[in-house]
Amino acid sequence: MNQAEKEQYLREYALLKNEGKPFFPYAVAKDSIMAVFVMIVIMLLSLLFGAELGPKVNPTTTTYVPRPDWYFFFLFEVLRVMRNVPKFTPMATIGIPTLCMIGLFLLPLYDRSPERLITRRPLALASGLATIACIAFLTFSGANTGSPNQVNLPVPAGLNKAQRAVFMAGEVIVGESGCEGCHELGSNGNNGPGPPLTHIGSRRAAAAIAQTLKNPTAPMPSFANLAKTSPKKFAELVQFLSDLK
Amino acid sequence: MPMPKLLKRPTPAAPNEPAPLSPVEAATEAGLTVVDWIDERTQVSQGLRWMMFRKVPKGINWAYTLGSATMFAFLNQAVTGVFLAMYYRPSVTGGAYESIRNINDNVFLGQFVHGMHKWGASVMIILIFLHMGRVFFFGAYKYPRELTWIIGVVLLILTLAMGFTGYLLPFDQRSYWATIVGVNINNTAPFLGPYIGDFLRGGPEFGATTLSRFYAIHMMLIPGLMAALIGFHLYLVMKLGISAPPWLRAKEPEAVREVVEV
Ligand code: HEC
Ligand code: HEM
Repeated sequence: MNQAEKEQYLREYALLKNEGKPFFPYAVAKDSIMAVFVMIVIMLLSLLFGAELGPKVNPTTTTYVPRPDWYFFFLFEVLRVMRNVPKFTPMATIGIPTLCMIGLFLLPLYDRSPERLITRRPLALASGLATIACIAFLTFSGANTGSPNQVNLPVPAGLNKAQRAVFMAGEVIVGESGCEGCHELGSNGNNGPGPPLTHIGSRRAAAAIAQTLKNPTAPMPSFANLAKTSPKKFAELVQFLSDLK
Repeated sequence: MPMPKLLKRPTPAAPNEPAPLSPVEAATEAGLTVVDWIDERTQVSQGLRWMMFRKVPKGINWAYTLGSATMFAFLNQAVTGVFLAMYYRPSVTGGAYESIRNINDNVFLGQFVHGMHKWGASVMIILIFLHMGRVFFFGAYKYPRELTWIIGVVLLILTLAMGFTGYLLPFDQRSYWATIVGVNINNTAPFLGPYIGDFLRGGPEFGATTLSRFYAIHMMLIPGLMAALIGFHLYLVMKLGISAPPWLRAKEPEAVREVVEV
């Protein structure tokens, strides 16, 4: 908008405002009715659905499907889909939401046309509707997919109690570390770009696995950092993988 | 000698004794005095009068109530949140989970208030998106309301952050695992990612400090920021005036044309 358009807008707005009604009671009345309605809806939801609590935290299982609240489904879904495009993984998982946010943030700075009526802003109309459709679609498909970090492998026979504990711990670490974005593990995870790890222990020795984790070929990210900050976890991870015969 | 009647000044009728105030009237009177006293020092009534009786443009419809509805949902979160905080213990070992169990099972109306907080969050998210949609499709973010929009986006991000940090607090399986995945997503972000992850966890490991950190962020840091920003948002809305519906055109008033002719 140039200076003339700005002045034109302010003048037009002042006229419309002059023809308007006082905030109190007209707008206040509508706002209050809306507020009462919102309050009733919240109370009804609380009465109908309560606030049930799931089972207590158990950090040693990974069979639990983590579910964010529904309004984060679309983010989780972006993460899941993007993991299949590993070249972009680090950028995509949070990069795409960040870019969208920046786009939203700067909207008034790049959309400076004076036109406000949506039917005369075809680009804004199209992108607005497309955004809504995207978010709705991602929310819907996010609601219908399994978790991105579930691991569901049977504990191999012939392990003693301590070895079992290490196996369970390693399973958790695999779940947390996002390996399943690129590897298949039993019936979970994505098949590719990395090879399936279901029987990795029969193909590679523990030392070779540790070597891969610390110094992998791209696109696999390096887990050398984990080995440094938490050698115990790293050892459990390697042990878990080499138990997968 | 008595004065002639004519010269006598008429004695004024004794003024009526004021009837004693009834208790209700006395209370009203006292209240008014207090209000006047405060107003004389703060001069707030002037501002209030301006705020309440400022005009809103013609054609304001129900879509314009979504902003105040969002604010109302925020207030609901604040009030129910205070009650939950009275019973909640942000301790992994000392029973975050158990304290929520206690709220649900034993505290009077506990589950109801907990439910209002939980569902209020969803309602607020829906309302904030609807409000943003209204602003977008009405072109209400355009000159001179750009800054209102930008603050709005910050409010949106903070609202989502509230949802994220609050989700961990009951410390049940679902919240724990969802949060782990969420923090790990943050970790993969370019540049700042690992730092955000470390900040949220309170270290490289997901542990006891993580919960109290989430709790502090959820109940002090973000709400404080949001309250301040909502205040600024509303100040701008009042200062600039609520935008008129984009389909309305103003009638040129006669007066303006006359002035131009002269
Ligand atoms: C971004 C995708 C990605 C992620 C995340 C990832 N990997 Fe990999 N990984 C790969 C790819 C691709 C290869 C194959 C590299 C090659 O060809 O040398 C691979 C190879 C491996 C190998 C060697 C397989 C073999 O047959 O030699 C192991 C073991 C492995 N990954 C374990 C893991 C573990 C454990 C994790 C999680 C802690 C993980 N990976 C996370 C992509 C990934
Ligand atoms: C906590 C969240 C928010 C609260 C409490 C809030 C509150 C309000 C209120 C009460 C109004 C008055 C007019 C109306 O109700 O429509 C308003 C206007 C406005 N809001 Fe928000 N809002 C919030 C979030 C947002 C978001 C996320 C955006 C956009 C990204 C936004 C952008 C705007 C703009 C541009 C206006 C001016 C609209 C006009 O003048 O017509 N707000 N807000």
